[in-house]
Amino acid sequence: MDFGAELAFWIFAVIGVGAAIAVVAVRNLFRAALWLVLSFFAVAGIYASLSADFLAVAQVLVYMGAISVLIIFGVMLTRNVQRGNPFNRAWPWAFVICASLMGLLIFVFHDTSWVTVEAAQAGPAINQGDPTTSEIADAIFDKDAGFLLPLEIGAALILAAVVGAIALVKDD
Amino acid sequence: MDVGLTHYLILSAILFSIGLFGALSKHNAIGILMCIEIMLNGANIAVVAFSRFLAADTVLLTGHVFALFVILVAAAEAAVGLAIVITLYRIRETVDVEKADSMKG
Repeated sequence: MDFGAELAFWIFAVIGVGAAIAVVAVRNLFRAALWLVLSFFAVAGIYASLSADFLAVAQVLVYMGAISVLIIFGVMLTRNVQRGNPFNRAWPWAFVICASLMGLLIFVFHDTSWVTVEAAQAGPAINQGDPTTSEIADAIFDKDAGFLLPLEIGAALILAAVVGAIALVKDD
Repeated sequence: MDVGLTHYLILSAILFSIGLFGALSKHNAIGILMCIEIMLNGANIAVVAFSRFLAADTVLLTGHVFALFVILVAAAEAAVGLAIVITLYRIRETVDVEKADSMKG
């Protein structure tokens, strides 16, 4: 990777981890939602540094645009901002479990020597740095090796989620 | 130090663990939903990093498609989850998950 991408990785990694810690640590739930938006933005930057341009834009549109607005609506509608977002009684156990899981994962990731494959035998691929949008469309809608059935299932899932959300919150 | 696959995987492990800790240690249901979104983001970083680093100088697109599906499911999950939280608030006047225990044996 060139120097710019490495610098972008370090900046966005620090912002993302710091904002995620703030989401967990801050007591005011509305401020936690704002830190969550910053964390989403940092993840979008991480995608961009991995030359995943379409995913970076999708992250900004879906997460920062839609999901964060949904969450802020939820915070406002349940009006629990002043009582805050305290830890429960079991938090030391949760901390121990999560810290050991993180240590284990980092140990495994650091100690494994990841194999690299030939691009030709690993499905659709493009040269690094090329735009990905139309290639992702080709990969999804390819007739033989595409993802048409998962896409249709995803469409049905979104429809079911929307209908379910409306059915849950409507006045009868 | 050369930034490679290991750096991205460790970043994804850190984000996942922070989200898991928040999801396990919070009272507020909306706070738990936020932490689940952080966990999904961490997992997505791992998928995209593998698709970028597994073959030299090329980007494998299957990982990108997979990450898109994760984003789709996360959007559906956020919509249904917040609808459930708002219904819970209407019935119980609280979003504390420890007070929603009427099915506890």
